[in-house]
Amino acid sequence: METPEQIRDRLLARFPGAEITVVPNPGTDAQHSLLLGAAHARALAEFLRDDATLRLDQCSNVTGIDWPEKEIVETTKVATPDPANPAGPPKVVEQKTKRLQLGCLEVVYHLYSISLRHGPVILRLRTGNRTDQAAVPSLTPVWRSCEFQEREVFDLFGVTFHGHPDLRRILMWDEFADHPMRRDYVEPDDYEWEPTPHGTVLEKAKAHYPAPPPAAVAPAKGATP
Amino acid sequence: MLGTGLLSGLGVTAKNFVGSFYDPARLTTIEYPEVKTKLPEAYRNFPFLVAENATDPMGTLRCVACQICEKECPPQCIYIEKSKDKKPDATGKPQLFPAIFAIDTSVCMSCQICVEVCPFDAIKMDQVYEIATTDRFSALLLNREQLAKSNAYYHGIHPTEAAEVDARLAAERKAAEEKAAAAAAAKAAAAAAKAAAPVAKPLPNA
Amino acid sequence: MSVSDLSAPAAGSPGSRVRAVHDSFHGDLLEVSMGPHHPSTHGVFRMIVTLDGETIVKLKPVFGYLHRNHEKLGENVTYLGSMPYTDRLDYLSSMTNNWAYALAVEKLAGQAVPERAEYVRVILAELTRLLNHTCLAGFLMQDCGCSGTPLMYAFREREYILDLFESLSGSRMMCNYQRFGGCRVDPSADWLAGAQKLTDRYGVFLDEFETLLTGNEIIMARTQGVGKLPPALAIGAGVTGPMLRASGVNYDLRKVDAYGVYPRFDFRVPLGDHGDVYDRYMIRVLEMRESIKILQQALAGLPGGPIMDPKAKLRSFRPKAGEAYGRIEGPKGEIGFYLLSDGSPNPYRYRIRPPSFINLTILEDMCLGHTVADAVIILGSVDIVLGEVDR
Repeated sequence: METPEQIRDRLLARFPGAEITVVPNPGTDAQHSLLLGAAHARALAEFLRDDATLRLDQCSNVTGIDWPEKEIVETTKVATPDPANPAGPPKVVEQKTKRLQLGCLEVVYHLYSISLRHGPVILRLRTGNRTDQAAVPSLTPVWRSCEFQEREVFDLFGVTFHGHPDLRRILMWDEFADHPMRRDYVEPDDYEWEPTPHGTVLEKAKAHYPAPPPAAVAPAKGATP
Repeated sequence: MLGTGLLSGLGVTAKNFVGSFYDPARLTTIEYPEVKTKLPEAYRNFPFLVAENATDPMGTLRCVACQICEKECPPQCIYIEKSKDKKPDATGKPQLFPAIFAIDTSVCMSCQICVEVCPFDAIKMDQVYEIATTDRFSALLLNREQLAKSNAYYHGIHPTEAAEVDARLAAERKAAEEKAAAAAAAKAAAAAAKAAAPVAKPLPNA
Repeated sequence: MSVSDLSAPAAGSPGSRVRAVHDSFHGDLLEVSMGPHHPSTHGVFRMIVTLDGETIVKLKPVFGYLHRNHEKLGENVTYLGSMPYTDRLDYLSSMTNNWAYALAVEKLAGQAVPERAEYVRVILAELTRLLNHTCLAGFLMQDCGCSGTPLMYAFREREYILDLFESLSGSRMMCNYQRFGGCRVDPSADWLAGAQKLTDRYGVFLDEFETLLTGNEIIMARTQGVGKLPPALAIGAGVTGPMLRASGVNYDLRKVDAYGVYPRFDFRVPLGDHGDVYDRYMIRVLEMRESIKILQQALAGLPGGPIMDPKAKLRSFRPKAGEAYGRIEGPKGEIGFYLLSDGSPNPYRYRIRPPSFINLTILEDMCLGHTVADAVIILGSVDIVLGEVDR
């Protein structure tokens, strides 16, 4: 089967102007993936499905990944003139620049070919940000197996799929308002009393019960219940 | 002929029905609770703490409160508080011990990871299954006294495993003792050599 | 044909399980909610079925009643800590779930597995396949109305396999047996003798089971021609496993991916002609016979050696940053795990590819035009376990 670079070159030849990048996978498994831009994603997917050498007729797995915003601190060494001795050699100062790497939501598709028995080819689609541009084109019209899995990514991550025939929540109930798989998800405070709170559960118990919690919360030292 | 499939199927059912009166392969019901199944040795259900002897369980726990099982437990059902002082354990060496060791059995899923990661063979899997209580919360929270069971009990439920653990611990103790004895002998020999040879005093203007 | 309005019944609509819906062409249709408490839905699973008389014109599955968010749990525990949770996905086949997860982590970390462990994994996977397909045959017949007789015969044989699992791993269903780099416990000679005895005896049981069921006229009348699935639709809808092979598509991961030591064994892949419920039942029976063949070969060729790679780490296991997707042919289909590591002891993203969930995509297509009784059988032949559908 072709490498991701060869696939990218063929796709660019067929769809000039499409955004396709190879995302390397640093781990030992080394299955690299193709990052597609939203504009041509549907057409590219159809080409991958119908092309005679690839024939990727099954989309086996659709995964959502949440990349929250990250503050990246870069330290650079800058040579500035020494104020005490302007004529002499410049002083080397460390300058820290902070930049905010925008967060996004990513959808990863694993494609296999059943007729030609090869694979996987991995596609990635990224949203603009995590708030108002959290949408990508849906690949359900190309592979029917994405139907339920894209609904799951919509439900648990909040990614809207344009062109999905039936986009609604699938695992959570319809009136649920949040997206549980996001990294910044906070559980609702429907707290049920636990006998052995420690760590984060103890913090929640303290916040939930402003008064001292019920007597048996701290594990009994030796008294039988 | 239409119906032969049905008739041969009915024959199978009849064979099983009649056979269930005398053929042990067909009569597979074990009439619990009058008759209990013999559990295999590897069966596991809820952990317990091993105490070396039954007369003083709290004093001879193998657990040194290293809290590795607490960290590795997937549902986080173990709660440990270390003691402030050290007490001699079964071999006489002063060790920390768990002042509080509680397992929430309503959360524990008997996955056995705490047993696998314990470096001191202090926590092992029990085989209790008739442990129903009427209290949903505090009765299912087992503390140190309820969890501690003797090594003899451990031999009773997991004989091969307990024998292997005892052999390994005995070998480790023997190796440690031999090492300590060798170190003491070497130290004594060095001190004796030092006492025997007179120390030459350096001359003032050497 | 256009049916007005319905995805799910309106939020807050009071209790009625059955309501009338109006269609411009047909007139009044009946909407029935099958489940979530239903003896034939194999768990808490709901189907909202719209009927024109007795014929199904629309069917929407609703699930999520058993959603425990395994994927979030996986992010909060270490790689080893997720292993007992994988038992609870498809809770009937814990050994294969464990293997799929161990395979994915071994791919991620580049961990090698000794040969003996690979053979033991194959033995346990085939025993699990026997167990699962026996269960399915029993339950499918129960759905057809056989009132429990084939089910109880199936469970009687299943008990012997569960006893084997109990004496090896300590637990009948929640085995937690595979580790990254091998298996937790080395099977003893006694255990292997027990497995050999079971393998020798299983063919006899299957013969009796088939005499009871396969030629039975009522079962044939009820299941043949029902729930046909054309192969092109199956491939596009992501169907894998016995359901795909019953539609005639020759795709078995044991042959295609050739993972583990499967290339050393000689076995065939049964294929169906029609893709109906009867074919799916027969495929599973034939697969059981192939599993017995593989078991005989694996038990005969089991090598000695370590059961676990000596360099494998139990604690402080930090795979390098990267991602991996590992999949195996589980009894229900392709079960895969996608892991994204950022170098820390917990995975950054832990995704389970559930075969039952994806096989349900074409449930509606298979049920259209049939009756409610057929929908129950079709659902039974998809072979779902809600632990895996909902995770």
